[in-house]
Amino acid sequence: MLTTIIKNNSYQDSIVLMLLTNKINTVEGVNNVSIMMGTPANKDIFKTGGLYTPELEKASANDMAVVLDVKDESVVPNVMEEIDVFLEEQSKGMDNSDAQESVRTWDKAISLSKDAPVALISIPGTHAPLEIEKALDEGKHVFCFSDNVSIEDEKRLKLKAHEKGLLLMGPDCGTGIINGIPLAFTNVVRKGAIGIVGASGTGIQEVSTIIHKLGGGVTNAIGTGGRDLKEEIGGITLMDGIVTLENDPDTDVIVVISKPPAPAVREKVLALLRKITKPAVTIFLGEKPTYHEENLYHAYTLEETARIAVQLLNNEAVSVEEQAIELPEVAFSSDQKYIKGYYSGGTLANEAAMLIKEGLELTGSADKKEGFILKDAGYEIIDLGDDIYTQGKPHPMIDPDKRIEMIEQAADDSETAIILLDIVLGYGAHIDMATELAPAIKKAQDKAKETNKQLVFIGAIVGTDEDPQDIKKQKTILEEAGVIVADSNNQAVRMALKLVSISLDEVEKTIQTVEAPAFEEELIPSEQMMDMLRTKTFLNIGLRSFSDAIREMGGTSIQFDWRPAAGGNVTLQKALYFLKNYTNENN
Amino acid sequence: MNYQTIDEANQAVISKIVAGSPFLLDVVPANTVIKEFNEGKVLLHAGPPITYDKMVDPIQGACIGAVLFEGWAENETDARKLLESGEVTLMPCHHVNAVGPMGGITSGNMAVLVVENRTDGNVAYCTMNEGIGAVLRFGAYSDEVVTRLHWMRNVLCPVLSKALKTKESGLNINVMIAKSIAMGDEFHQRNIAASLVFLKEMAPSIVALEIDQKEKEEVIKFLADTDQFFLNIMMAAAKAVMDGARMIQEGTVVTAMCRNGYEFGIRIAGMGDEWFTGPVNTPQGLYFSGFTEEDAAPDMGDSAITETFGVGGMAMIAAPAVTRFVGSGGFQDALNTSNEMKEICIDQNPNFTVPTWDFQGICLGIDAAKVVETGITPVINTGIANKKAGLGQIGAGTVHPPIDCFEKAVLAYAKKLGFNE
Repeated sequence: MLTTIIKNNSYQDSIVLMLLTNKINTVEGVNNVSIMMGTPANKDIFKTGGLYTPELEKASANDMAVVLDVKDESVVPNVMEEIDVFLEEQSKGMDNSDAQESVRTWDKAISLSKDAPVALISIPGTHAPLEIEKALDEGKHVFCFSDNVSIEDEKRLKLKAHEKGLLLMGPDCGTGIINGIPLAFTNVVRKGAIGIVGASGTGIQEVSTIIHKLGGGVTNAIGTGGRDLKEEIGGITLMDGIVTLENDPDTDVIVVISKPPAPAVREKVLALLRKITKPAVTIFLGEKPTYHEENLYHAYTLEETARIAVQLLNNEAVSVEEQAIELPEVAFSSDQKYIKGYYSGGTLANEAAMLIKEGLELTGSADKKEGFILKDAGYEIIDLGDDIYTQGKPHPMIDPDKRIEMIEQAADDSETAIILLDIVLGYGAHIDMATELAPAIKKAQDKAKETNKQLVFIGAIVGTDEDPQDIKKQKTILEEAGVIVADSNNQAVRMALKLVSISLDEVEKTIQTVEAPAFEEELIPSEQMMDMLRTKTFLNIGLRSFSDAIREMGGTSIQFDWRPAAGGNVTLQKALYFLKNYTNENN
Repeated sequence: MNYQTIDEANQAVISKIVAGSPFLLDVVPANTVIKEFNEGKVLLHAGPPITYDKMVDPIQGACIGAVLFEGWAENETDARKLLESGEVTLMPCHHVNAVGPMGGITSGNMAVLVVENRTDGNVAYCTMNEGIGAVLRFGAYSDEVVTRLHWMRNVLCPVLSKALKTKESGLNINVMIAKSIAMGDEFHQRNIAASLVFLKEMAPSIVALEIDQKEKEEVIKFLADTDQFFLNIMMAAAKAVMDGARMIQEGTVVTAMCRNGYEFGIRIAGMGDEWFTGPVNTPQGLYFSGFTEEDAAPDMGDSAITETFGVGGMAMIAAPAVTRFVGSGGFQDALNTSNEMKEICIDQNPNFTVPTWDFQGICLGIDAAKVVETGITPVINTGIANKKAGLGQIGAGTVHPPIDCFEKAVLAYAKKLGFNE
């Protein structure tokens, strides 16, 4: 039986509502529930989820809509109370920031954020381009967490930013560190002298946490968004980021992380890296480099990238270190041979797929259907952060459900030998993912035992000892559940391969000189870019938890509780725009 | 349009609000200053235009009280018949330079305050506050109510009129507002400081009048007992100032907000006299013992003119004593409310600074465009009437206008200036 509850004028962010949905789903007597703001797009999702009711028609973009599928009506008051308690607790969390005035308009945001050179934007993607533009017009750099921005908008806005001497990090930029302050989904990493520019979120997280483990630290991690190195965009943010770090007196080593760039962009980026004075490391994930250059090193894995960066930082010779991988005793049955990986980090999934392909000499390419990065000859690597899994649902870094489902399915497959997992810690990630996954892992192993098999779980934790989750405890919980915890994703995958008798060796690369056209432009960063590296004050437009993370790390955040203008009504938005820009020509 | 941009027009409107200088000149029978009363049987009501059949019970009750007061009928049954017959013309107070509290029912022989806005020379009227309990504005129409109205007409009105005439140029209301805001009034829920300031100004003049001692005593006692007496003066003053500002017929500043128990209506400067309406909400608040939200009548009254001017709910922070009406209650809530109201206003009025707000001025110029943009609607402090006629006030709290009226107003104004959907 479907029941609809509309809470008028109660705007909540989608992440908040997803967490709330998870909570309500566990209430006794609730078969299914969906809680979303009443936007036209969300109403369609209600329809596809089979939870559409005529009452939803009345809900506007500023109304919170709850549709419950319940056994009987009597649970509804209980559910309502749970919702109220959840939302109230959230607002209690705001009490810490009592001194902070609420900000709901750009006018006020601007007047309060004069000292904030960077705007963090985490709002629905359809609204993001306009808000990015407003922030750029105000002379602010933008860190745009929002996705679903068209590539045309991205190009136009990045060109605009570049011309104004500003950086547009993103859209779809998941991770950043500016002057030691974490932005969005980020680990707490020691401050140090390594600067990172990267087109991948979990790539930056893996590299920066390994740098931390190796004793190094990070000055800045400038995210660019995943499309920056495409032909259309031309690496605008990546190159401005490199120039900025080159001129940053606190940065001694520069790391560049990306998927393979478009060829023309690649040449330009490499030419720039050859021109800068600071030593640099690149990783174009998926490419296997065979040589280094003078002062410019090329890595194959994220771990290698971090290691080279720390070696450069310590003025040590760049060399391959033999990773002694301790192998556990395993007793696979004869039909158990396949490795499967269920990843919450897309870049980590890519790295795993890359290594397995190399080890097994697989050539088939997955068409990324259903998040498969690798699906070949029984080997599977899935990125559970793929859009297909996150539409209307929380990201697997926050929500364990999909992975639990996948683990259960894999356990039913008698040919599965090893399951790879990543546990991402840091701001934005689930506060205790290990505990969430442990029961499913144990259950899967027990099930295997019943048929005289052994199912091996190998996990990699992306995190540092300063992350809010308590990395030691996460490791203990996983190990108690029977997971072998490797030091990095690279090592987890290599261990898995070794267990099925495949060795991947790192080869020492020689330094070669590359004949290529020189980079001709001057390397002068704008004043605003240099100012950005010194700031601890940010304007946060959207997710409140990003403000909390900034404040916890000693920064200042002006929290702009953004809502779609005019309740998302396009006609009214146009009328407002018309009035704002109206000039009387007869006067 | 006489201005280059909407911004400029809005600045011109709010300059007029800041410059507004309302003076209380007199108290007179309404039919001596509002000519419409002399054209048959006429009653004024609060809010945008409405017909008798659509009026909620307490407002119909107030109409009955007014009919009995005017002697158009002998009893309730006849009064109802008369009203249902359509013989009594109903018109909004706002259409005749007046404002009325709650039901706002005003008849020709009721006494009204006369407030002049010296800046523009325009005048506004409002009935006097009747006190608390069973009163006409909350829909009560018993003999006690009608008797009190007669006393107000026959004693209070002439005495105050005479006393005011002894002042050379009337009473400067801005001065009284500025003093009382520092004493914890926000002028909608709480007017006790201003009512005392008014009594302090008037008492020497009243006692000096050559009139019957008993009348003096009655008047002084009434003023001393009536904590909300200044509310109606504030309403007339706000109406006078906002009507002055409304002479600039451009821009998106809200120049009136009012409700008739059925619809909420607003005016914006750029659309002149046109009302933009939406269905009223029911107030949220605290109830006298024995009553609950179940008993509450929907939102009513022209008193939201005070919020339009920038006091009342907009200046919640000025009156920590009444913050409990906001909801969970407390200073922080009041601060949050006023801070939030700042987001939909163009500026702050330097004439009326609030000590508890670090001497920031009260909110100035509600911008309908900002209301639409943010979805934040003005907070209105209000009394709550029993939904049944005759039972009077049952509580007090806050209420919000429906967003629709602001959306309609903004869209209409954009279209007027050439916007095509």
